[in-house]
Formats: sequence, C-alpha cells, structure tokens
Amino acid sequence: MEQMMFGIMMYLVALLTIGGIYAVIALGLNMHWGVSGLFNAGIAGFFAIGAYTSAILTTPTSIKHLGGFDLPVWLGMLASMIAAGIVAYAVGRICLRLRSDYLAIATIGIAEIFRLVLKNESWMTNGTRGIANVPKPFEDLGTPWSQLAFLAVVIVIVAAVYVVVERALNAPWGRVMRAIRENDDAAEAAGKDVVRFRLEAFVFGAMFMGLGGAMTAHSFKFIGPEATEPLLTTFLVWVMLIIGGSGNNRGAILGAIIVWAIWSMTQILTGFLPPDLAVRAATLRVFLVGLLLQVVLQRFSRGLIPEKSPTAAAATISQKVTPAP
Amino acid sequence: MLEFINFYLVPGLVLGCIYTLGAIGVSLLFGILRFAHFAHGDMMTLGAYLALLVIGLTGWPAIAAIPAAMLGTAVVALVIDRVSYRPFRSSPTIIIVIASFGIALMVRSAIQFTWGLEIESYRTGIHRPMVFFDSLRISGNHIQIVLTTIVLVGAVHYLLSRTKIGKAMRAMSDDPDLARITGIATERVITWTWIIGAGLAAAAGVFVGMDTQVNTFMGWNLLLPVFAAAILGGIGRPYGAIAGGMVIGIAEELSTYPWIGTAPLLSPGYKTGVAFGIMVILLIWRPSGLFRGRVF
Repeated sequence: MEQMMFGIMMYLVALLTIGGIYAVIALGLNMHWGVSGLFNAGIAGFFAIGAYTSAILTTPTSIKHLGGFDLPVWLGMLASMIAAGIVAYAVGRICLRLRSDYLAIATIGIAEIFRLVLKNESWMTNGTRGIANVPKPFEDLGTPWSQLAFLAVVIVIVAAVYVVVERALNAPWGRVMRAIRENDDAAEAAGKDVVRFRLEAFVFGAMFMGLGGAMTAHSFKFIGPEATEPLLTTFLVWVMLIIGGSGNNRGAILGAIIVWAIWSMTQILTGFLPPDLAVRAATLRVFLVGLLLQVVLQRFSRGLIPEKSPTAAAATISQKVTPAP
Repeated sequence: MLEFINFYLVPGLVLGCIYTLGAIGVSLLFGILRFAHFAHGDMMTLGAYLALLVIGLTGWPAIAAIPAAMLGTAVVALVIDRVSYRPFRSSPTIIIVIASFGIALMVRSAIQFTWGLEIESYRTGIHRPMVFFDSLRISGNHIQIVLTTIVLVGAVHYLLSRTKIGKAMRAMSDDPDLARITGIATERVITWTWIIGAGLAAAAGVFVGMDTQVNTFMGWNLLLPVFAAAILGGIGRPYGAIAGGMVIGIAEELSTYPWIGTAPLLSPGYKTGVAFGIMVILLIWRPSGLFRGRVF
C-alpha cells in the first residue's frame, strides 16, 4: 500500500514537472498568439533549438556530437533562450510584415528544416540517435529528493516567467501589443511602430519556447529528433493555450497542466490494452484531443480563464476605490 | 545526359505534377475562403488510403481507383467544412487556420486508427520501366501520372473559364463583397471549391502512392512544398499554382544532381528543404509570387 502511494506521488511529481515545462512553452505561445495575434505553427522548431543548444553546451565532452562543453546547466538554459531569440528575430524580420497565414507557413517550414538538420548533421547532433548524458540538476540527491528538487526548479522557472510576462503585459508595452492585435491600422495611426513591436513580442515568446526545450532536455537527460515532433510540441501547446484561455497567462499555465494531465493519463489507460490495440488507441488519443480543440473553439472560444480586458479590470478597481454616490 | 533525364528530370516532372494538384486546391481555397488550409496534406493522405481500399477490394490498377478516391475525399472535405469550418465563416480567418490544424491531426489519426501505421504500397514486385530510343527509360506509372495530371488540369481550366460556377469562383476570389452583391450563391461556390480542391488533393495522394508508397505521414511532408508552390504561383491564382508546382518539383529533384564535380549539389537528405528555401526567398523578394497573386 505504502509503495503504491509512493508510486502515485512520484507519478504526480513527474506529471507536474512536465506540465510545468509545457506551461513555460504555453506562456511563450500566449505572448505570440494570445497577446500579439501572431500565429506560430512552428513551436517545435524553437523548442528544438533551445533543447539542442543547452544539451550541447552542458554535456561532458563526447565524440558522438559537437562539444559537449560541460558548462553549468543555468548557462545552458540562458544560451537556449538567446539562440531561440536570434532565430526568431531572423524569421520575424522576414515574415512579420506579411499576413499571419504566411507566418504560420514559414514557422512550420523553420521547424521542419531544423528537424532535417538535426537528423542529417550527425557531427553536431548525433543524428537520429540524439544526445544522451544531458545533466539534470540535483541528480545525486537520491530517488524522491532529486525529482522533488527538479520540480522545485521547474516551479521557480514557471513563476519567474509568469512574473516577467505579466509585468510586460501590464506595462505600456502590453497595452500597445493588445492594441496592435485588435486593430493594427489604428495602432499605426497612433504612431506605434507595429512591425517593431511585433518583432519584440515574437522574439520574447520564442525565448521561452527555447527555454522549455532546454528544460525538457535536462528533465529527460536526453534529446533526440523525435522529441521535436510537431504533434507533441506544436499541437499540444496550441490546445493547451486555447483551452486555458488565450490572452491570459494564468489560463496558459492552467491549460498546460490540465491538457498534459489528460494526455498523460489517457496514455496509462491505453497501456492496459493488448499491444496491437494499444497502438491504435494511441492514435485515438490524438483524435480526441483534436476533437476537444474543435469543441472548445466553437463553444468556449475564450477558454477556462478568459482574458480580462485592461479597461474592465481598471473599471472594477476604480469602483472599489470610489463607491458610487 | 540521359542519366539526367531518366533520374532527375522525369522524377522532377512527376513530383511537379503532385505539387501542382495540391497547390491548385490550396490556392483556390485561399482565394475563396481566405485561409491557409493546413489539413490539405492530410486530404492527400486520405485520398491515397481510399485508393488503397478500392484497390484491395477490386484489384484494379491504381489509376482506376482515382475517381473513387477523389469522390470519397471530396465528401469527407464537405462534411469537415460543414461541421468544423462553416461556424467560423464570419470569424477572423486565423481561427479557421487553427481549426484546420486540428482537423489535419484528426484526419491523420483516423487514418492511422483504420489502416494502422505500416507503410503500404499499391502493387508489389518490380516494375520494369519502358525503354524509348534504346536508353530513355520511363516507368509506366510516371507516364500515367503526367497524363492524368494534364487531363485534370485541363478539366479545372475548362471549369474555371467556361462554366458558370467557375466564373462565379473567380469573381468571388477577386472580390467577395462584389460577388455577393451581384447575387452569386456564395455557399454553392464554396461547396464546389471544396469538391475541386479535395478531389485534386486526393488524386495527388494516389500519385504519390503510385510513384513510391503510402504512409500516414506523407501528407504532412507534402504540405510545405505545396504551400511553397501556391505562394510561388501567387496565392489565389490557380494557373500560377501549376507553374509553382512544376518549378518546386523540378527544383527539388535537380538540387541533388551533381552540377559541380561528382558529388550531389545538395545532400539528398535536404531535398525537402529546397521548397522552403525558394519560399523564403520569395517572401523576402516578391511575396505576391511570380504571377502577382494577392499580397496580405
């Protein structure tokens, strides 16, 4: 009994760890889509850049791939954000002046190109075999404590990212972003440099996607091309944000944890099935998540925690301060 | 020289046919419904698997299964449009793009659920290519693909230029508000757009199966070059899509030809990156495409 409780606890810890990592990525997507209306369909690409950058920088020297430079993990994570930001800058410079559909196509393209590079350039990435021995912080603490410590690291990062994006949204910068999303012509007429603001938001959000990639690599101690598959990274994150409530940072975090819990628990259920059925049931999971997305888009398009418009929030505050006579 | 034609130019032409049929649909849909249809690749996969079903049931050659595959895919596309895209007709189009992104995965997982994840092929065994003039070797499948594409493109051309519904489609693509004011039945035009787009996508999917094999990820891998072809041709310009598809298909195959020295110019692993490269250059230099499509 006690062993079972321990197992369930460890499962919950793992669930929250991965859910937290997804929350970081979903916060990045919220910056792109929820706040700025930029359709990024290539989350997997920025995720991959971050994951491989951090993996190559922090692993011990290896002949199988570029480096390992054996640097500390925090430096790897920082570098992953910078690398993803640089790529986002290049993509954004080309695509942000066009309509959002083009950005979607171009970001898918970027993600697919990165997958090609990861598979083909074995000198750098060890090809399809991926990079192993990625260090995980607090690894040597023993079984329950190392996982718990890593979860704590994830929670701290999620909280830090949340504070940063929340501050950005409540600052004048966030108001300009919302204005551009709602009506870019009006924002332009008000003298805002629309393309520059969009580029800033795009780079900003992509940095968190890169960070999420790095956290995944450190969490699994391994990164391979399969981890950058569009289904798991791009699609699932989109579903998370839309279900949670795009435009709302708390919605993004909640959506990430709920959708990841659904995804992970249905995997346990299919695990009980006989092997040939299990493969088919796995495809059914994707179908159901797709269906969930359709239902939410049509019926509850604002998500679990809808975006609060700044004016409404301000109005409630002023009402509290000065009660109506 | 003959090696160039046999192993690079002809496969490039065949690939160009496949991209062309996909790109015409993407371009028409973008022109009329104003959104990038992300499930288009998986419509191709669906067509390929429906043909597999027909071939398994009847034992016909793949080419004879094309009409059934086109019809079946068109019906599925119409159902999807009714259930999933139509409620968003008056919403910002980007919402439909998200919905189509989800539809793409739903279609793919439904195919995987029904047929499994294994790679399938229409015919087993070795096919000998036909030999012309002693050394020009062209496989029968390739001839069938090119000829069928010419017939299909001809039919689309007839439809767009001679029939009433085709003219209505072009009118709606040029100016939707004006089209509505002049009394064009927009929903009927949309229905026909789906029939044509999904039908051509299905044919392209069957061609992929005839040329190589059928797997559940083929559509996703085709999506990017098809979009690139549609952008190259100028989005909303079905005739441009023909040129775009051919250019991208041939460029992909020729990119691995040893133009300089004996090594391939580009490692075959990166062949699919060519379409993307062309697309990026276009987006920077001329986003309206070669034939002045719409710029957004």
